[in-house]
Amino acid sequence: MNLLVFYILAILAAGSAIMVVTMKNIFHSALFLVLTFFSVAGIYVLLNAEFLAAVQVLIYVGAITILMIFAIMLTHQLFSRSLRQVNEQVIPASLITFIFFVLSVVALAKTAWPVSGGQLPEDRIFEIGKLLMSEYVIPFEVVSVVLLVALVGAIIIGRREKSGDTK
Amino acid sequence: MDYGYGLIGIFILFGIVFVIFTIFFAGLLRPQRPNKTKLENYECGEAPMGGAWIQYNVGFYIYALIFVIFDVEVVFLFPWAVAFKQLGLFALIEMLIFIAILIAGLAYAWKKGALTWES
Repeated sequence: MNLLVFYILAILAAGSAIMVVTMKNIFHSALFLVLTFFSVAGIYVLLNAEFLAAVQVLIYVGAITILMIFAIMLTHQLFSRSLRQVNEQVIPASLITFIFFVLSVVALAKTAWPVSGGQLPEDRIFEIGKLLMSEYVIPFEVVSVVLLVALVGAIIIGRREKSGDTK
Repeated sequence: MDYGYGLIGIFILFGIVFVIFTIFFAGLLRPQRPNKTKLENYECGEAPMGGAWIQYNVGFYIYALIFVIFDVEVVFLFPWAVAFKQLGLFALIEMLIFIAILIAGLAYAWKKGALTWES
């Protein structure tokens, strides 16, 4: 059952990822990206990493792709134009991609994957919360400073663009 | 596999099948006599001007960026909220510091006028 669900999710993720790079309309590409991220979130759930799945949905589906869709909708003429997703370099590019694919398959097959012997805690999100508030409290507070810097940076860059533009 | 996630899986599957089923059968059952007025974009009774695929106001983007920051903040709030009952006062103060630093960013955005709408 687990394996079956994994295969469905994997096919969904890979298939929609292919749709992202082949769709003629960039807006549809962005929507397929949402599906890809959702499938990856499903795989995280299969791996008992519910927190990661929640983060995946919140950050990647909820924020990153929405930001991309915003960027597409705000860009003049990009939104409705149908695009060609291939150019004259398609043959060398696919060759290199294929070589990379073979190399990664070989690497994946040759690697011995270590499995930690520890038992999974019953309530994993609870454990994450406890660790975040005790052992990793300094990194946790530093994260807020990093976010603050990102926020200020986004505002400065966003404002400058607007004042530089006439519109 | 956890039973709870099996339920969620069934729910998602049912949701997808339901939508496909309804749209498919609606297309099968309805009469199809399209004319030009019927195929226009729906504009609440008004005659539509131009296509629906227009360029949106750039002002939205800064809100989207600020939203992403606070979305990341929510990710950290989530495990804290789950473990809150056991953690007590110390964790509450930590979280207040965390939020206060981000509120400073929001105050900065406000002060800079990034939140005021320019049309």
